[in-house]
Amino acid sequence: MAGKPKLHYFNGRGRMETIRWLLAAAGVEFDEQYIESKEDLKKLKSDGWLLFQQVPMVEIDGMKLVQVRAILNYFATKYNLYGKDVKERALIDMYCEGTMDLNETIMVLPFKPADVKEKELAEILEKASTRYFPAYEKVLKEHGQDFLVGKQLSRADVQLLETILMVEELNAGILSTFPLLKTFKARISNIPTIKKFLQPGSPRKPPLDAKEAAEVIKIFH
Amino acid sequence: MATKPKLFYFRGRGRMESIRWLLAAAGVEFEEEFIETTEQYEKLQKDGRLLFGQVPMIEIDGMVLAQTRAILSYLAAKYDLYGKDLKETVRINMYTDGTLDLMLMIALAAFKPPAEKEQDLALVVKRAKTRYFPAFEKILKDHGEDFLVGNKFSWADIQLLEAILMVEELDASVLSDFSLLKAFKTRISNIPTIKKFLQPGSQRQPPPDSHYVKVVRSILHF
Repeated sequence: MAGKPKLHYFNGRGRMETIRWLLAAAGVEFDEQYIESKEDLKKLKSDGWLLFQQVPMVEIDGMKLVQVRAILNYFATKYNLYGKDVKERALIDMYCEGTMDLNETIMVLPFKPADVKEKELAEILEKASTRYFPAYEKVLKEHGQDFLVGKQLSRADVQLLETILMVEELNAGILSTFPLLKTFKARISNIPTIKKFLQPGSPRKPPLDAKEAAEVIKIFH
Repeated sequence: MATKPKLFYFRGRGRMESIRWLLAAAGVEFEEEFIETTEQYEKLQKDGRLLFGQVPMIEIDGMVLAQTRAILSYLAAKYDLYGKDLKETVRINMYTDGTLDLMLMIALAAFKPPAEKEQDLALVVKRAKTRYFPAFEKILKDHGEDFLVGNKFSWADIQLLEAILMVEELDASVLSDFSLLKAFKTRISNIPTIKKFLQPGSQRQPPPDSHYVKVVRSILHF
């Protein structure tokens, strides 16, 4: 019997959250081992478990996988969330890279010094509303389909929903000028595995507050 | 007859160089449109050819693709440089994600003020010597094969060579403790398509200079 994936990361979103989303959307149960101290991280490194001395790391199918995109690509392929051919895959990759670029800026926000935080937040919201969301709105408008690519759920849909929700946490009204993204959000949120993930008690992590950010810095620096 | 892929980027390495390497290594001829003015860039954006308003962008197989990694993955699969099964593909992805991280640090450092740039590049060399190159040396040692994955030339080999050469431009002695990487470098450099790409007159771009930085800054407004 295949074992469950085991995720190694701190108890927070960071760079692991997109992986949690993908596994949850695929209906795959997983275990998590939280890094709670410098010593925990040190042990992973000295045991030779981290190829480039970094997390995220996921144990799966006899491997210790690192690098977020490598991990996401693996699971997307394994769980059939990567389109039906190379061309669909290319579109999915392109759309996912956009969400990941935006996610990256949101993820590092709690770690920024207070005096630049407001400026950075404004830039995030500007990029979301002028660069990224218009692009996805246009994709949905042009093909008029339920999913971003092809006729089935893919990781691009999951990742876009994740990103939409994260940006809404910063500005609840961000989708006000994107009607198709609004219906997309409702539609994808209602997919049973995703609906389950959005309920309390799921492996989904909350946003990091300033105190927790300080704790993470202590472990990793 | 298929048309050649066409690359849209600034006249320099940046985020496009790994794509040039991959195409060249695969023996694929490609065209380039170099973005040298704001007008050119804005036209691409207004014409709706840049999904997120950004470059790199490539026209290939009737598609207009953006995002470096999306482009690289597509090309790697198309030219059979992506492993024979999912387990090989994931290893190639892990290794190329790592080398791309390292090379992007170098690309971004070009735009920093002098003191910060020096610090960033010193960190690149440190990371290469203590994080990345030891990992790749060990991979080669553990399987004893000529190529990083599956005993077959792949995208991972191309990008590692690219990264090695870029770090050597910062510190020529960086491979001194890595005998297998030294042999790897020689071996991969001698592959005919790559050997050709390493010669003067190829489409390989030089390291970023102050003119390149100036052009990119003025077009991207930062």
